[in-house]
Amino acid sequence: MSQKRRNRTAAKRQARAPVFAALGDETRLALVAKLCAGQPYSISQLTQGSRLTRQAITKHLRVLQSVGMVRGIRTGRESRFEFDPQPIEGIKQYLDFVSEQWDQALSRLKAFVED
Amino acid sequence: MNNVIEKRIELKAPVSRVWRALTDYREFGQWFRVKLDGPFLPGQVSRGHITHPGYEHIQWEAVVQAMEPERLFSFTWHPYAVDPKMDYSKETPTLVEFRLEKTPSGTLLLLTESGFDKIPSERRLEAFRMNDGGWTEQMKNIESHVAKTS
Repeated sequence: MSQKRRNRTAAKRQARAPVFAALGDETRLALVAKLCAGQPYSISQLTQGSRLTRQAITKHLRVLQSVGMVRGIRTGRESRFEFDPQPIEGIKQYLDFVSEQWDQALSRLKAFVED
Repeated sequence: MNNVIEKRIELKAPVSRVWRALTDYREFGQWFRVKLDGPFLPGQVSRGHITHPGYEHIQWEAVVQAMEPERLFSFTWHPYAVDPKMDYSKETPTLVEFRLEKTPSGTLLLLTESGFDKIPSERRLEAFRMNDGGWTEQMKNIESHVAKTS
């Protein structure tokens, strides 16, 4: 692996950490699960059926927005929020990378003990 | 998507042979491609250098957790911490577990690496603590969604 590629891998890994962190909260996971359905929601719609206040929901949406998992869209005076799957795919790529390293290590182990 | 990596592999070698390949630091070093400074000891830090071509500048550091003969070997580490300029020591490490089971043809090796959900946040997100509740289930929902829409 070249230096360049290595740096890129490290950079990608760095970028993933906040996505994991953003998802490490039940309220935000619930928000993501709701937004996952595909249609955009307003803050009022997201607050409905939740015990949290508008302010609390807004704060959680900001965290999701900061890692790019949620996009705000404005129609007239109303702000709505929609899901962007891109960062989650980023996490998947990172786990796939680690997983691939293990596949290689285990196949070397196999050759080693079966020799 | 899951926050645990799981592998299972059938090895045509007795459990005792696989145990040695995993826990003898010189043997481990050969297939894992790391030159370790000394033997693995539970609770102790294991240090060395990666010997994998292109990764020679990288230090290996793990903390040995369990060593239950011919059954379980585990350690915590920072998975593929490949950037020498970065300080990984502040991160919550992941847990790697090797479990061995005897089979008619040799050994079944189960590998799990867990704890990816605790990979650290940037400072601005530090206030938000990790929460394991319902994680796996929720991630499955998200995954099926992502799979559907991509």
